[in-house]
Amino acid sequence: MTDSAPTHGAAQIERVAHKPIVYRLEQFGLIIVWFLLIAVFGYLKPDTFLTWSNLSTILGSQAVLVVVTLGLIIPLTANDFDLSIAFVMTLSSMLIAVLNVNHGIGIGWAVIAALALGLAIGLINGLLITVFRIHSLIVTLGTGTFLHGLTLWLSDSMTISGISSSLINAVIVDRLFGVPLEFYYAIGLAALVWYVLEYTALGRRILFVGRGREVARLSGINTDRVRVGCLAASGLFGALAGVLYAGTQGAADPVSGVTYQLPAFAAAFLGSTCIAPGRFNPWGATVAVYFLVTGITGLVFLGFSSFIQEMFYGGALVVAVTLSQLVRGRQEQQF
Amino acid sequence: MEASLAGANPRVRAAPALRLWDLSKTFGGQKALDNASLTVAQGEVHGLLGQNGSGKSTLIKVLAGFHAPDQGSRLEIGGVDVALPLAPGAFRKHRMSFVHQHLGLIPSLTVLENLSLGRLAERDAWAINWPAERRAAKRLFAGYDIDLDPDARVADIPAVERALLAIVRAIAEMSGDGGAGAGLLVLDEPTPFLPKRDVDRLFQLIRTFVAKGVSVIFVSHDVDEVMEITDRATVLRDGKVAATIETGAATKSDFIEAIVGRKLAPATPPAPPSARGPSHAMVHNLSGGTIEGFSLDLAAGEVVGVTGLIGSGYDEIPYLIYGAREARGGTLDIGGQGVKLSEIKPRDAIRHGVVLVPADRANAGVIGPLPVADNVTMPTLASRFRRWMLSRRAMIAEAAEMARRFEVRPADPAMNMASLSGGNQQKVVLAKWLQMAPKLILLDEPTQGVDIGARQTVFRHIAGAASAGAAVLCASSDYEQLAAICSRVLIFASGRVVATLEGDEISKEAIAERSLAGAGSRA
Repeated sequence: MTDSAPTHGAAQIERVAHKPIVYRLEQFGLIIVWFLLIAVFGYLKPDTFLTWSNLSTILGSQAVLVVVTLGLIIPLTANDFDLSIAFVMTLSSMLIAVLNVNHGIGIGWAVIAALALGLAIGLINGLLITVFRIHSLIVTLGTGTFLHGLTLWLSDSMTISGISSSLINAVIVDRLFGVPLEFYYAIGLAALVWYVLEYTALGRRILFVGRGREVARLSGINTDRVRVGCLAASGLFGALAGVLYAGTQGAADPVSGVTYQLPAFAAAFLGSTCIAPGRFNPWGATVAVYFLVTGITGLVFLGFSSFIQEMFYGGALVVAVTLSQLVRGRQEQQF
Repeated sequence: MEASLAGANPRVRAAPALRLWDLSKTFGGQKALDNASLTVAQGEVHGLLGQNGSGKSTLIKVLAGFHAPDQGSRLEIGGVDVALPLAPGAFRKHRMSFVHQHLGLIPSLTVLENLSLGRLAERDAWAINWPAERRAAKRLFAGYDIDLDPDARVADIPAVERALLAIVRAIAEMSGDGGAGAGLLVLDEPTPFLPKRDVDRLFQLIRTFVAKGVSVIFVSHDVDEVMEITDRATVLRDGKVAATIETGAATKSDFIEAIVGRKLAPATPPAPPSARGPSHAMVHNLSGGTIEGFSLDLAAGEVVGVTGLIGSGYDEIPYLIYGAREARGGTLDIGGQGVKLSEIKPRDAIRHGVVLVPADRANAGVIGPLPVADNVTMPTLASRFRRWMLSRRAMIAEAAEMARRFEVRPADPAMNMASLSGGNQQKVVLAKWLQMAPKLILLDEPTQGVDIGARQTVFRHIAGAASAGAAVLCASSDYEQLAAICSRVLIFASGRVVATLEGDEISKEAIAERSLAGAGSRA
């Protein structure tokens, strides 16, 4: 009956016993590789790549992707996917542009409307998933595509520019230590997510729901409410990313935001191999975003054209998932 | 009662369809099978009986190629020596076929798709001709007088037709081309969820096969069914052959005696039936799943066992009371409050002081990839939120203390749950729930897959919680365990209590006897 269990257990114990060295390597491996990457590109292109203006641009402009990724890891921790988050982002930025530029509504109100919309979309996603018991992949694939269409309709498929400069100033023009403020917003949000996931009962519940939904239910956790909450949070984060995007560009375009979806997944999975290996975690995700962007920027500086971006992100997603499987000891993927 | 083995039976003319002998299987020093043997004659329906842990399922798994038996075990099929261990799936080559209790059907697919499942899994097929497949299936069903629509979804057809489908499929796979021929069909408990008249239909089908020369091994807990369908039966007890019985010449009590054995009660005496105190928790008229109109009055400090044969529904009771499974009706009176069981949710149950230790440890008991500390503090998280954050250090210290008290080894709260043994995992689950000082503790197979040492620890903590004033309801098919910890044992058949044992009446044998006898009253 339990003939295979003891040997399996022994192997597991052995793994744990090796924890100190292997675990530290896993924990900081990505950071080490990131610094190596910077060093290599810096050596090859010292005049362009390794300049403060380039680095601060990377830190600032990729804050949007960091926020999308942070939003993504919340439902991922509860074992739900949100494929609509980048579409929420474009819709949110477009709504700000339309309200602010076309209708002359104050930027503050436009931002609030965008955030409310994101939250509402997240709630709808969550309710569809839990009330009708549909897999999150299907629901968010559908709502995401729907929102994309909505964005095109709203904007007449045109880029709308001329967003109030107070938003642009607050996002990218104003700097602290030479780095645009949006970078600090992203770091602040990462800290917030880290705090909630790691140090509150709510965060633990999300993790329990993700890793053992039946155990969580039998332990008295309202699993449906937790899942709806996570998707609402990712909707809100998507909208926040849209606010930053609108501020970064000073405009909203209906399509380019969509290219954030896959990089965010790549970063979320790559991030789950470091800092807290085996778990989706905000610091790992943040490091992963900057690692990926460093790689792409460096390769572009070396003369590759922009096709390298798709190849790099796509490849990174597969490599990241493979790595995270190795970290987990090749257990069956849960999702 | 020890009837002689093969050879004395006049039906054994030609070489037996299957002969297993000197069969042993050791799991971690414990013999699950100890020199067991089994001989099935051509065209015979041979029963295989025994209690849980008697070695029945191990024997079947050796035939199916799941388990490699110990050195020296021997197997002959149709008089030809076959080397053991069998590779997984090799049984097909030897014209054997298995139908397990869960039938191996995919409910969301059609009858036809399920019928072709095994064949398509094994061989490649290009350009499947579905109309021809459908005609062949109809012919096959018609040949056995079964009225099955090949395009119906398996989830939508009645339970008995599912069982028939699984059996017909097994026969069809065995004979390759859809017609039955000689071969060996192993039916591993196909009946427990079927009412009597459906069992009759199933038996009819089995007789049709036998008439065509198929031999059958019929594994069951149910003595009445074994007596009805088999020619002979082998009874296993503690991994050894306790008896081989000519069914026609035996009575029901012969069977029960052989299954239960005549050993005296085990060393652990049942808890003294101290005069039952005032009512502490009361279940009234609970219905849900198989269970119909179940009522029970539990006193503080009392440990009540519920048991029966598989399919009798006793194992649903903890989940119904806890709200883990939806009940149709009934109430629970606890702590002076009445709770409607059709509306109760696990978190309400916890609020009322009810806790559940589920049997399915891997999926419902513990979260393997998370550390012990996280698992054990799960239900009390809210109370650990001090000032602005969860005090991780306090949680780990507390988990370490609990692990020590419950003798979890290794007592490292940072270790992943999955790396603990089954026994130690169960101690963590107990610690998790007993820290809540529950009023009513619901247990389902609390020592399943748990080693002897851990079993004692589990028993001690259950007794400890009971003497601290909790009432305990324990569902189990392990009669020895029930005899060791319960002061009252309720025996179920078809969702109702058919017998109650109290105090001195409780023994492993008595429980087994009543459970086996209870099956006769099935409607």
